[in-house]
Amino acid sequence: MVEEKPTLETVWGWLDAVPDPEIPVISLTDLGIIRDVQWQGDTLEVTVTPTYSGCPATSIINLDIETALRAKGIEKLSLKRQLSPAWTTDWLSESGKAKLEDYGIAPPRPAGGPQHCPRCKSAKVERISQFGSTPCKAQWRCQSCLEPFDYFKCI
Amino acid sequence: MGDNTLVLSHRVSEWCGVAPVLEEDIALANTALDLIGQTQLWLGLAGEIEGKGRDADTLAFRRDVWDFRNVLLAEQPNGDFGQTMMRQYLFDTWHLLQLKALKGSSNAQIAAIAEKAVKEVTYHVERSGDTVIGLGDGTEESHQRMQKALDRLWPYVGELFVSDAVDQALSAKGIAPEPTSLREEYDTAVNAVLAEATLTRPDSDFAHQGGKTGVRHTEHLGHMLTEMQWLQRAYPDATW
Repeated sequence: MVEEKPTLETVWGWLDAVPDPEIPVISLTDLGIIRDVQWQGDTLEVTVTPTYSGCPATSIINLDIETALRAKGIEKLSLKRQLSPAWTTDWLSESGKAKLEDYGIAPPRPAGGPQHCPRCKSAKVERISQFGSTPCKAQWRCQSCLEPFDYFKCI
Repeated sequence: MGDNTLVLSHRVSEWCGVAPVLEEDIALANTALDLIGQTQLWLGLAGEIEGKGRDADTLAFRRDVWDFRNVLLAEQPNGDFGQTMMRQYLFDTWHLLQLKALKGSSNAQIAAIAEKAVKEVTYHVERSGDTVIGLGDGTEESHQRMQKALDRLWPYVGELFVSDAVDQALSAKGIAPEPTSLREEYDTAVNAVLAEATLTRPDSDFAHQGGKTGVRHTEHLGHMLTEMQWLQRAYPDATW
């Protein structure tokens, strides 16, 4: 039990340490899906937006948020879903994009395709399929090092 | 909207594990997943508005054929891969136009769901359109199969644009577009893709009807529901 309500800045710091369940190198705040954190009286209200409407990770994400905040002593917690404005890859943080690339997933670009292979950095890449291992990813291949790789697709 | 996405999602998911190549298997499963996600939002909203305590799962698993309001196109069997992709393309093209119109709905919840779904469906129609072109303008065999699929499915397209009293009431309140208002843009888009696919659009625009009103579904829906609802029918309220 915490004596005083933690500041919103503190709560954002805690959420920044919660990894995305599908791509654990980036956090939920890197992903840009935490829309808002507010105190409503003594209840902490966290607003979350889904990446894709059928994303199976959504319920796990809510569970992870709840677990993390409960561990910090938050007792009264309410999770809200907000659909509009719809989540866009523009909300991925710059540090999140860099972490994705280090992990081997090409970050999204408005141009609609990866800048280069996340492994060898060759710009000679080709698309295999717009649909990949999760709803948010597409399959690409590097024509230089021949490795297939995931591209976080732009929405 | 929710019954269309639910029924089509189930149909598409029937390919999971048996599609011709791995990439297509994944793409079909992803499409089904997007559609089922949209179903949860649409049927969730429907249950909320109805106010009788039915949630999306109840609406999906506790209704029989006559209570479904999906268009007949969505429940048509998969056939071969070409027929599945033709059905998908004919549906996706309408779906995208419908969602774009619903983004401007006077109902904020409908507009929000449409805003989310339009991003996903943009990817669906890009893929199904490319595949129709690739297979239509492909080998002699694939061309023939795609023409056969188009001939078989075309009589189910017209129902997407049929307007009834409910549609007119929704349109008058700015909640949803008049179905007929989407036809011209649909025809322009489909004609362009069919031309590139070297396929011939059937002359007759005869349209089978009865899905959207629930009055007369095709025999296929009942068979599909017995499979989809099997668990809840055998073990009502089962959870795990």
